[in-house]
Amino acid sequence: MHQLTIAEIVRGLRDKQFSSVEITTHLLERIQQLDSQLNSFITVTGDQAIKAAAAADDRLAQGDAPALCGVPIAHKDIFCTTGVRTSCGSKMLDNFIPPYDATVVSNFQQAGAVSLGKTNMDEFAMGSSNESSFYGAVKNPWDIERIPGGSSGGSAAAVAAQLVPGTTATDTGGSIRQPAAMTGTTGLKPTYGRVSRWGMIAFASSLDQGGPIARTAEDAALMLSVMASPDKKDSTCLDHPAEDFSAKLNDSIQGLKIGVPSEYLSDGLDTEVRERVQEALNEYVKLGAELVEINLPHSNLAVPAYYVIAPAEASANLSRFDGVRYGYRCENPADLRDLYMRSRGEGFGEEVKRRILVGSYALSAGYYDAYYNKAQQVRRLIKQDFVDAFDKVDVIMGPTAPNPAFKLGEKNSDPVAMYLEDIYTIATNLAGLPGMSIPCGFARGLPVGLQIIGNYLDEARMLNVAHQFQQATDWHQKTAPATTPTAE
Amino acid sequence: MAVDAQTVEKLAELARIAISKETIDDVSSRLGDVLQLVDQLQAVNTDGVEPMAHPLDAVQVLRKDEVTEPNRREDFLALAPLSEAGLYLVPKVID
Repeated sequence: MHQLTIAEIVRGLRDKQFSSVEITTHLLERIQQLDSQLNSFITVTGDQAIKAAAAADDRLAQGDAPALCGVPIAHKDIFCTTGVRTSCGSKMLDNFIPPYDATVVSNFQQAGAVSLGKTNMDEFAMGSSNESSFYGAVKNPWDIERIPGGSSGGSAAAVAAQLVPGTTATDTGGSIRQPAAMTGTTGLKPTYGRVSRWGMIAFASSLDQGGPIARTAEDAALMLSVMASPDKKDSTCLDHPAEDFSAKLNDSIQGLKIGVPSEYLSDGLDTEVRERVQEALNEYVKLGAELVEINLPHSNLAVPAYYVIAPAEASANLSRFDGVRYGYRCENPADLRDLYMRSRGEGFGEEVKRRILVGSYALSAGYYDAYYNKAQQVRRLIKQDFVDAFDKVDVIMGPTAPNPAFKLGEKNSDPVAMYLEDIYTIATNLAGLPGMSIPCGFARGLPVGLQIIGNYLDEARMLNVAHQFQQATDWHQKTAPATTPTAE
Repeated sequence: MAVDAQTVEKLAELARIAISKETIDDVSSRLGDVLQLVDQLQAVNTDGVEPMAHPLDAVQVLRKDEVTEPNRREDFLALAPLSEAGLYLVPKVID
């Protein structure tokens, strides 16, 4: 039953092939069997899940079932959940039990989905390997000596290991797409403002965006249709009506113009990854698409601009953790200054502290114009590259990440090497564009992701383009070794 | 680009993050690496380019000043590490 996609579960539940309690129980058992090895969950909410599944079964029996009624999902531990600890992967919030739900969580509840728990992540979503989590690293189901990507590493690994068919995730610089690429799953970062950030713990507010990780584009479309909604509680959320993202899945892609940026296939890209991406592009040509070489001349500035803007916004956002109102508080503070200094010094991990310090530097007196303002100007140049490209093409494609999953610990001691993991994903966050990663083959036995970048609010087309590829190929159906209890 | 220990101490003070004496050299060198990375921006000509605050150039939404949420003081106060009589407790700040 764990091989089923969300679309198949929706049909199976309505056709009474199985009940929500049956599939929920089955997946909870799998989590118990397999997750001690993978560590993809921080919190499993088994009792609540069974109750919610029973309630969903009642609604299904009464013929009053909303879109995802009875479908098991899991939330990244960055989304606030009433009564369930929401840690954001940090010691700072190890004891934080929110008194409210994130809008994304409410949306899934209203759609009848059953949450199995909260997935592991890099601390405050800062990382590309899931190694900065206070709760320990997540292992890649394809090779447990390797990273699953980050920051949504738990969300991606849980889907790849078939512990749950779909998860919520967030993407500030690649945190949905890069782990999707590392684990052979399908991940989508929507246009900035599509999905409400209310109740989603903030990292860099002008870049953060929630989205789904699933096994197919069809499932990602079902999830996004539930996730995306205008929200008065988030003033940056677009006032754009809810949309059925499944509507265009089966449209023909005959004549589709695919822009291929030469900058995304240059030095530093793993040879086998380049070959897999090239093969995927050839597949698209067979499906009737046309490849157009394009240029994104400011690509090389995306990582530097991001590592000013994201830390600057993080330093402001994370100032709320003060040891006074919620979260970690140090023992026996001597005075108020000591309370702040030690609560934050002890509560935050190394990477989070580093980014707060970089952000404080970029925003400090005398440096604001040289760093933050400059980065925001460069950001507009990067956006303009994409605007010009989308005059000529319908979607843009390239690799999601420069290499397949690396070994745990390999890049831990070198922050800049870790930052370059997101070299192809960061520009879309800076520009606010939607992006996806879909599986397109293997390099040395490890999954490779094809990145699809869409125009603003063009998620339905992006999903259509991804779905058509998945109708013609079976990379997304390959199963990771760690999906069987005997795998070692 | 190196960041000296004095700068790190100043940043730690601004950010209210305690950094131990033993780790300060390590933090200095890592920060230096990151600042070297972002210094690539200085070479770019951005004359006349308007800084970008929102990808779709959205403006702040205004709403009527109406009460829409209930007061949940007890719920929120219950999250505090230390509270008393409806107030957050901190070490003494006035002599």
